[in-house]
Amino acid sequence: MSIDLPGFADPVLSAQSTFRAILDAMSRPGTIFLAGQGLSPPAPLMPASAACLLTLVDAETTLSLDAGCAAARDWIAFHCGAPAAPVEAADFVLALALPDLTALGAGSDDGPQDGATVILQVASLRSGQRLTLSGPGLRAPATLDVLGLPDDFVSVWAINHARFPRGIDLILCAGDELLALPRSLRITRAIKEA
Amino acid sequence: MQPETIPDPASSHTARQRWMAVLARAGRADIISLLEHVPPLPNHIVLRGPESGLVMVRGRAGGAGAAFNMGEMSVTRCTVRDADGRVGHAYVAGRDRAQAELAARLDAALQDAGWHRRIEASVIAPLALAQAEQRATTARKAAATRVQFFTLATMRSGS
Repeated sequence: MSIDLPGFADPVLSAQSTFRAILDAMSRPGTIFLAGQGLSPPAPLMPASAACLLTLVDAETTLSLDAGCAAARDWIAFHCGAPAAPVEAADFVLALALPDLTALGAGSDDGPQDGATVILQVASLRSGQRLTLSGPGLRAPATLDVLGLPDDFVSVWAINHARFPRGIDLILCAGDELLALPRSLRITRAIKEA
Repeated sequence: MQPETIPDPASSHTARQRWMAVLARAGRADIISLLEHVPPLPNHIVLRGPESGLVMVRGRAGGAGAAFNMGEMSVTRCTVRDADGRVGHAYVAGRDRAQAELAARLDAALQDAGWHRRIEASVIAPLALAQAEQRATTARKAAATRVQFFTLATMRSGS
């Protein structure tokens, strides 16, 4: 059992501020927000992704962990108490590498809110491949540098976006930073200036 | 675990359930006054809580013993890790957060053989004794008002 690390020091206020950060991140895609500062989750969890789990996941949501997160399973079970589910049936998916988005629950046209949310840990939100984002929440196209997404992410995302209103929402976490890529977003590859 | 070995009281599952049950029912003032005979508990950090909530208490009724929801009671839980790395849990009746934290610290310490001897003798045993006496008194008072439904039982078994 590796539950010997605490969760939020102040569960109510920390969960509220993290929820606010996620809400803002979903409203302003590509903008970086802080979450989980002061949190010391077990490896391989990062503070931001741990804060997302402590805020969003509880006994009423199902969670799927990818194989790389197994070391944190006990900690997550203890603090969140979420029932485990196979990846195709989970409400939330915690991953160290982008899972196959077409295999996840995308909701239905009647219930698009049932689409899964993927909390993905990446190496950096400030370097790596440069993407251009446009869509609801962005007055003008924004750029995003991210290290840790697969090279074919733009085409993977195009398939996800085309299913709107069904689809997967993505929360990218690196350290204590997070940003959200909701399914309404259009993403193209940006030409990186030298 | 091999069935032949005598379980160490400090690690046995049943023994732990017993002391946790005693601590769950004990008042904070009683625990604190008994702890005066024990050296200060190890330092600790809180892993979760203390936090209060409601649990549904279920009972059995009727000839068939069907479960029914009797009512909700407030429960406070806490989990701590002490300086030696032992994790202690507590679920206590009521909303006394300090009692829950204290019970969790005691649960952590009781898993250590050395601490177990001291705390078991000075804290757990007296609390268990007092609780048993309290239960016996309540049972005696209740028994005085007991009604025997002989006819009903006979009718049930006859049908």
